[in-house]
Amino acid sequence: MSYFAILITYIFISNLILSQFLGLCPFIGVSKNVESAVGMGFAVTFVMSIASLVTWALYHFILLPLGLTYLQTIVFILTIASLVQLVEMVVQKYSPVLYKALGIYLPLITTNCAVMGIALININSGYNVLESFTAGIAAGMGFLLAIVLMSAIRVQMETEKVPRFLKGAPIAFISGGLMAMAFMAFDKALLNNLVG
Amino acid sequence: MREFTKGFVRENPIFILMLGLCPALAVSTQVVNALGMSAGTIFVLLGSNIMVSLLKNFIPDEIHIPAYIVIIATFVTLVDLLMQAYAPGLSKSLGVFVQLIVVNCIILGRAEAFASKNTVKDSIMDALSMGMGFFFGLTLIALIREVLGAGTITLFPMGSFDGVIEIPGLVSAPVRIISLSAGALFVVGYLKAMFNWISSRASKEEF
Repeated sequence: MSYFAILITYIFISNLILSQFLGLCPFIGVSKNVESAVGMGFAVTFVMSIASLVTWALYHFILLPLGLTYLQTIVFILTIASLVQLVEMVVQKYSPVLYKALGIYLPLITTNCAVMGIALININSGYNVLESFTAGIAAGMGFLLAIVLMSAIRVQMETEKVPRFLKGAPIAFISGGLMAMAFMAFDKALLNNLVG
Repeated sequence: MREFTKGFVRENPIFILMLGLCPALAVSTQVVNALGMSAGTIFVLLGSNIMVSLLKNFIPDEIHIPAYIVIIATFVTLVDLLMQAYAPGLSKSLGVFVQLIVVNCIILGRAEAFASKNTVKDSIMDALSMGMGFFFGLTLIALIREVLGAGTITLFPMGSFDGVIEIPGLVSAPVRIISLSAGALFVVGYLKAMFNWISSRASKEEF
């Protein structure tokens, strides 16, 4: 696949949240206002693109040559957890402004299945290092797009009259479903038309 | 006993605690996938709860989260390899979601909130209760989605029975959207609303 096709695929066609259900917890939990949704979205994009590179390198330079591919799950989750810690420390030291914006979201990312998900998808799809990196960035941007759209919907919904039992999470899920329906317009045919 | 029954409705991990949603939605297109996923999750939950409660006095406080993650990842690897060996079909249709059990927040959540503070026996009860709650929630979602979205109920093939029950009327004209990703979100939204209603009624009765 060309890099452009990978970008379109992970931002629109197989959007991690809306078509693969990865990263639903922050999608519902951190989408109450637009500001925090943007923060979370960028933090996830940042970690995902770095994690894609690092896990690709670990898999192809260490696990594969040594025949240790069965350790994939353990190695990846530990890598992601320590990567998140590292990113948090580096950002805190060198960019207090960025830390202020992303800081509180970073620890939450460790248990975000989207990061682990894209690392595994990269390996299973047999991407090379640049394709993995592109997929990581694209998946992050797809996440950012979905969570920001969602937060804008939820801010609007604050002023609407919602039936009592549908308040909060249930109505968020149903709006998410409607969004997923809209995203169904982006399919393989669109990709074929764009890329040829 | 109270420890055991809490997972079904009162503290149902999916609908009340809202944990472990990603795998719940992704694999709920067919009942058989939901059963396989629940079995894997219960196994990991049980194993990690037992190990964490056994080792709670030996794990230093500063590194308890990484230690728990290693324990959980070990059990996930076991499940993954066993499933590939003995149920290759199921393993294929669950895809990356078997490995993603490792980031299922229910498991780390129970290790942190329960197993690290309680005895082995209570932790086993807790794991079974939460696991059954997850199984119940996931199977409910899968049942609704498969019946409405495909008009079938897929179980394990046994003898002359091929494992697929067809529902007359629905199988020829299913509501396709329910089996797509949008439908999963609708189903969970309405089920969550139903659980809100049930728990608000239950808490009124106590007063």
